[in-house]
Amino acid sequence: MGMTVVQKILARASGLATVHVGEVVEPRVDLAMSHENAALVINQFAEIYQGTALKPVIWDSARVAVIFDHRVPAESPKTASNQKKVREFVAAQLIRKFHDIRGDVGGICHQILPESGYVRPGAVVVGTDSHTTSHGALGAFAFGIGATEMASVWALGTVLNVEVPATIKVVVKGRFKRHVGPKDLILHLIGRLSAQGANFKVLEFHGETIERMSTSGRLVLCNMAVEAGATAGVVPADAETARYLRDEAGVTDGLEPVRPDPDAPYDSVIEIRVSKLEPQIACPHTVDNVKPITAVVGKRIQQVVIGSCTNGRLDDLAVAAKIMKGRKVAPNTRMLIFPASSKIYRQALAKGYVGAFMEAGAVVMNSGCGPCLGVHEGALGDGETALSTTNRNFKGRMGNPNSEVYLCSPAVAAASALTGVITDPREGAR
Amino acid sequence: MATVVYKVGDDISTDVIYPGRYMATVLPTETPQFAFADDAAFNGRLRAKQIPPGSVVVGGRNFGCGSSREQAVSCLKGHELVVVAPDFARIFLQNGINLGLHMVTCPTIEAEEGDELDIAADAVANRRTGKRFAVVPLPRSRQAIIDAGGLIPFTRRRLLAGG
Repeated sequence: MGMTVVQKILARASGLATVHVGEVVEPRVDLAMSHENAALVINQFAEIYQGTALKPVIWDSARVAVIFDHRVPAESPKTASNQKKVREFVAAQLIRKFHDIRGDVGGICHQILPESGYVRPGAVVVGTDSHTTSHGALGAFAFGIGATEMASVWALGTVLNVEVPATIKVVVKGRFKRHVGPKDLILHLIGRLSAQGANFKVLEFHGETIERMSTSGRLVLCNMAVEAGATAGVVPADAETARYLRDEAGVTDGLEPVRPDPDAPYDSVIEIRVSKLEPQIACPHTVDNVKPITAVVGKRIQQVVIGSCTNGRLDDLAVAAKIMKGRKVAPNTRMLIFPASSKIYRQALAKGYVGAFMEAGAVVMNSGCGPCLGVHEGALGDGETALSTTNRNFKGRMGNPNSEVYLCSPAVAAASALTGVITDPREGAR
Repeated sequence: MATVVYKVGDDISTDVIYPGRYMATVLPTETPQFAFADDAAFNGRLRAKQIPPGSVVVGGRNFGCGSSREQAVSCLKGHELVVVAPDFARIFLQNGINLGLHMVTCPTIEAEEGDELDIAADAVANRRTGKRFAVVPLPRSRQAIIDAGGLIPFTRRRLLAGG
């Protein structure tokens, strides 16, 4: 019996020839990422060493990354003090993959990791963030863990007691229609699977549509795999992965792509044809409450958000800029744009997107998680509705339990910002 | 015997258990004040210490989905709540085991607020209805961590044994 991508990665990382679904392994970790919640990891890490004569030193600081993105710049003295504590720890532990609040190398962790070349095909990546699934887009096995589990990784360099997950094969065929893309595909898939349909499983993406898709689009798919409950999403590394790492992430060393065996044991196979797919919208208050846009067209919105680890990359901003250039954001509608990294922000500046957004009336914020998780800025008022390219619409997600959030693609967000109501970008938009 | 003090539906996310705007608070000693903070009534009872330790929250399917924030576990653990649910989302389940939150996976659980439950290793019995509901054991991959009293002592032991 052959192995899936994740089985192969886990076997290699655990020093085994083969692993079977359900088997318990202890893979070594190639990359361990935290954001501001490193403050809690530091606390738990110190506790592990309490009462021992051992010195708390990270097993391999070159394999640890810390990126500030959730509340940048700090919104409160408490956050600022946490960030200060993490900064001091990073210096003491000689962690070089540290991305502070900066306009040159700062940004959202799930964009910084790929664009900095930290993620390689075949790697085991863990992060104290559920959207760590994103990095499966580069052919890695990447999954979210809690802070205490990360403290254990910092101490030992392995993830303890990982159960080898079953894999669902998702085969995608056909070409997207205009103004339909990866975000619509993943929302459609989550709607089909439900928020728990892939619990404890991996979504492995295949098919001609995926082969043609850029790494940016693949990041969207893997990022939101967790919204169907998946442990991870993964796109087997291919020529596009090599291109991205070489041309966009500056990786010069050889890659070892991991491909599944032809007789890999899949839990199930899902086929999707995208040729007739319409723009998809996730309606309040669960991500699996997905409807075609025609079901919600005309819904009044007060805030539009483009950005986040899901849809704040250059191609997302390009789509939005094309639709918005020379037009105006509707009255009584706020539009907030958060490029996923400072690098993307600078690229968007150079291409004129930032100017187009601002002239249209949008506010372009610094790179960061922004209002996606309701901790920092862009909170909603009572009874208000947001339309957002982010990844979650749970009750209270944008900082107010008395508000609602609809999720969509950048094209839908841009077209809707111009009208103040949910608008199909295929109608009249450029 | 334990009393059901709170019942919620399916797909309760960690944003509902521990809203994002309190995420700057990270220490387990400080997070319990924000448990279910968006439900002022229940949060108020927790803060006023009107909920005795060992009381039960009955969840729906996929309890704890969404963000990996560990505060969603430590805030419940701080009040010594027991969570009984048909199933749990992966990261929440692991965080709960790592921190020693008492979680019971009970696929068919039927209980309302005010009901009194007898929770055993193999089944949950509802005294009001007289019904018994089978319990699914936690993943075997995690049993050693539970037996060690959580991931911190487990990892400490491994470190002292040389990794």
